[in-house]
Amino acid sequence: MTISAPISSPMPEHVSAAACPACIAAPSAQNIAAMAADMQGARLMLSLPTAHCAACMVTVEQALQAVPGVRSARVNLSLRRVSVDADAEVTAEPLIAALKGVGYEAHELDPGLLSTTETDRQGRDLLMRLGVAGFSMMNVMLLSVAVWSGAGDATRDLFHWISAAIALPTVVFAGQPFFKSAWASLRVGRLGMDVPISLALILASGISLFETWHSGHHAYFDAAVMLSFFLLAGRYLDHRTRAVARSAAEELAALEVPRATVLRDGVEVVLPIAEVAVGDLVRVRPGGRMPVDGVVVEGQSELDRSLLTGESLPVFAGEGVVVSAGEVNLTGPLVVRVTAAGRASSLHRMADLVAVAESAKTRYTSLAERAARLYSPLVHILSFSAFGFWMWKTGGDLRFAVNISAAVLIITCPCALGLAVPAVVTAASGKLFRKGLLIKHGTALERLAEVDTVVFDKTGTLTMGAPEVINLGEHPVTAVEVAAALAAASSHPLALALVAGARAAGVHPARVEELREVPGYGVEGIWKGRRVRLGRAEWCGSDPLDVTATYLCTGDGAARAFTFADSLRPGAAEAVASLRAQGLRVTLISGDVAGAVGELAGRLGIADWTACALPAEKAATVARLTAEGRRVLMVGDGLNDTAALAAAHVSVSPASALDAARVASDIVLLGQDMAPIGDALRISRQASRRIVENFGISAAYNVIAVPLALVGMATPLAAAAAMSLSSITVSLNALRLK
Amino acid sequence: MSILSLLIPMSLFLGGLGLVAFFWAMKNKQYDDPEGDANRILTKEWDDHPKP
Repeated sequence: MTISAPISSPMPEHVSAAACPACIAAPSAQNIAAMAADMQGARLMLSLPTAHCAACMVTVEQALQAVPGVRSARVNLSLRRVSVDADAEVTAEPLIAALKGVGYEAHELDPGLLSTTETDRQGRDLLMRLGVAGFSMMNVMLLSVAVWSGAGDATRDLFHWISAAIALPTVVFAGQPFFKSAWASLRVGRLGMDVPISLALILASGISLFETWHSGHHAYFDAAVMLSFFLLAGRYLDHRTRAVARSAAEELAALEVPRATVLRDGVEVVLPIAEVAVGDLVRVRPGGRMPVDGVVVEGQSELDRSLLTGESLPVFAGEGVVVSAGEVNLTGPLVVRVTAAGRASSLHRMADLVAVAESAKTRYTSLAERAARLYSPLVHILSFSAFGFWMWKTGGDLRFAVNISAAVLIITCPCALGLAVPAVVTAASGKLFRKGLLIKHGTALERLAEVDTVVFDKTGTLTMGAPEVINLGEHPVTAVEVAAALAAASSHPLALALVAGARAAGVHPARVEELREVPGYGVEGIWKGRRVRLGRAEWCGSDPLDVTATYLCTGDGAARAFTFADSLRPGAAEAVASLRAQGLRVTLISGDVAGAVGELAGRLGIADWTACALPAEKAATVARLTAEGRRVLMVGDGLNDTAALAAAHVSVSPASALDAARVASDIVLLGQDMAPIGDALRISRQASRRIVENFGISAAYNVIAVPLALVGMATPLAAAAAMSLSSITVSLNALRLK
Repeated sequence: MSILSLLIPMSLFLGGLGLVAFFWAMKNKQYDDPEGDANRILTKEWDDHPKP
C-alpha cells in the first residue's frame, strides 16, 4: 500500500492575486516543478493532537527524520500537524509507529483533502488590506494630530492634502471587502451591516476631499482609515475563526483515508472506496473496518458493531451474514460481496440525513446577526433625519447638513460592534483549542452557552470501547493461568484484555500446547493432555450471560465465565461531575444491554439512563427534550448517534468517532480526555456574557457621542477618540476571558 | 517650518519601507505558524551553526 500523495503545489501560495496581478501567470511553471517533485517522492501529512511545546517539535522532527526514507519533517504547531517529505515508498504506518514510540499520538491525513486549507487566499488578502490600512492610519493620524493641535491656514491645507493622498487610495483598496458585501446585500434588497459602513467610508472621504478643496477646518481622513482598520481587524479575526473551523472539518474528513482491498481475478488490489462497484469481492482483515455494505461469502469472524448500534458484545459473522460499512472485523479474515458502496452505503445514507438536520442548525441567528438587524436601520434613520433636520433648520445649507450626517455615520459606525463578537470568539476558541476542543461551527459557542441538559452515549463516548476484565479474582489461579495462555494466542480484544488483566494480577500463563485459533469461535489447545477452549459460550457448551464475557472450558465442571466491562474514558467521571456541579441535567442513552449501561450509570452517578435504545429512539428522546423547552447538548460517537447529534441544540463527538458522527457534531474532542467538556460549557457561558457586555460598551459610547454629532458639535478629534477608545475597550474585555 | 518638506517625505518613506517589509513577510509565509516559530527559537537545534 503506497501513499503517493497528490500533493498540491506548495508554490502558488506565495502569490496573492490582489497584490500582484502579473504573478497569476507564473504558477503554471511552478506546477510543473511540483509535479516533477511528486514523481520523486511523497508528501505525507500527519495530525498531532498532543504536540504543544518546543520540546515536542524537536522530538517529533527527530523521530521522523530517523525513519529510513524520510527526507525532512516540519511541525506546524499552530495547526498541530507535521508534514513529511519522503521517498515514494514510505507509508504513514512506520511514521505513526515511530511517533508512538516517542509518546505522540498521530493520525494520517489525506493531503488531497487538505490542499485547499493551505492556500488561505482570503485570509492573506484580508491581512494585506489590514496592513495597508494600519500604515495609512498611523501616517494620517500623525498629520491630523498636528492639525488638531492648532496648525493653521496653509499648513493645515497642506496636511489635509497629504492625508488625502494617503487616505483615498487606502480607502479604495482596504474598503473593498465592505463595498463588495454592501453591494451584494443591496442587490437582494437587504440592509446589511456593511451598507452603513460603506456609506460612512464614502461619505467621510468625499466630504473631507470637498472640505480640503475649499480650505475647510475639518477633514475626516483619519476617521475613514481608522474605520477601515478596526473593521478589517474584526473581519480578519472572524475569518480566522471560521478558517480554523473549516480546516478542522477538512482535517477530520481527511483523517479517514478510505481504501478497500478488492479481489480482482484472485489478485488483491487496493482501491479508493469510490471505485468499488456492487458485486466486487472485498477482503477485510482482522482489525479492519468494513468499507462497504455487503454479504459475507467466505470466512468466519466476529464483528464489533458498537459504532453502529452501541452494542459492546461482538457478533458472530459467517457465510451469508449481512454486514454494514463501519463495523469492525475482529478475528478472522472475511471476503465480502459488495451490495452497496460509496454514496449508496448505509454510512452515506446516514450522512445525508445529517445534512438535512444541519441545514436546520444554520437557521440559528447569532447574537451578532440580531445586533446588526437592529443596528443598520437605526443608523440610517438617525443620519437621514439629522440631514433633513439641519437642511430645514439652516434653510438649505447642504454643506453643513451633509457634514452633520457624515459625522453621525462615522461616530455610530460599528468599530466596537464589529470587534465585539470576533474578539471574544477568537479568545474563547483559542482557549478551547488548547484544551483539546475544536469548534467546528461558527455559532456552536453561543449555542453551547444555552445548554441545560446533556445527553451522553455510552460505548465509545463515556467508555473507550476497550474492555477490561473484572472478575479475575473469582476464579482459581490455575483457571486464570490456562485462560491467559489461550488468550495470548489471539488478537481478539477480549483476549488482549484478559492477557493484560492476568499480567497486572501477576499471573503467569500455563503451558498449553497445540494452540489454534478458530475464527469466530475462540482459541483451543491441549493442557495436561486435555482439550481446553476459550471463546464463545455455545462453543464451550454453556449458556451466554447478558454481560460481555468469554468462556473457559477445561473439561471438568461447567464452563467459567470471564466477564468484562468497558474501561472508562479518562476524564469521563470528571466531566459528568463538573456538568452536574454546574446544575445541568445529565442523561445516558445507549444501544447496549441494560446490565452494562446500568453498571456504568451507577459508577458515574447518572440516575437517568436508558438502555437498548434504537438510533431513532435516541433522536426521538432528544426531540422530546427539545419540545419540553430544554436545550440539549448531545455527546456521542457512533452511527447510531448521528441523528441525535444532528437533532440536538449543540453536539460534541470524540475524534475517534465515525466520520458521519463527526460531521454531524459542532465540536470535536481532539484528545482521549473527556474532562474539557466541563470547561467548554463554562468558557462558552463566559464568552456569551462578554459578547453582551461588549454590545453594551459600544452602545454606551454611542449614547454619549451620537447626541454630540446630531447637534453638530462632533469634531474629527472626538470621532477618533470615541472610535479608538471603544474598540480598545471591547478588545480588552474579550481578553478577560479565563 | 521648511524642515517639514524634508521630514514628511522621510517619514512617509520609512513607513513605506515597513509596508514593503510586511508585504514580503506575507508572501514568504512568515505568518503561517506563529505558535511554532515562537517555540522554535527555544530549541537547541542549530545553535552552533545555521541549518544547511
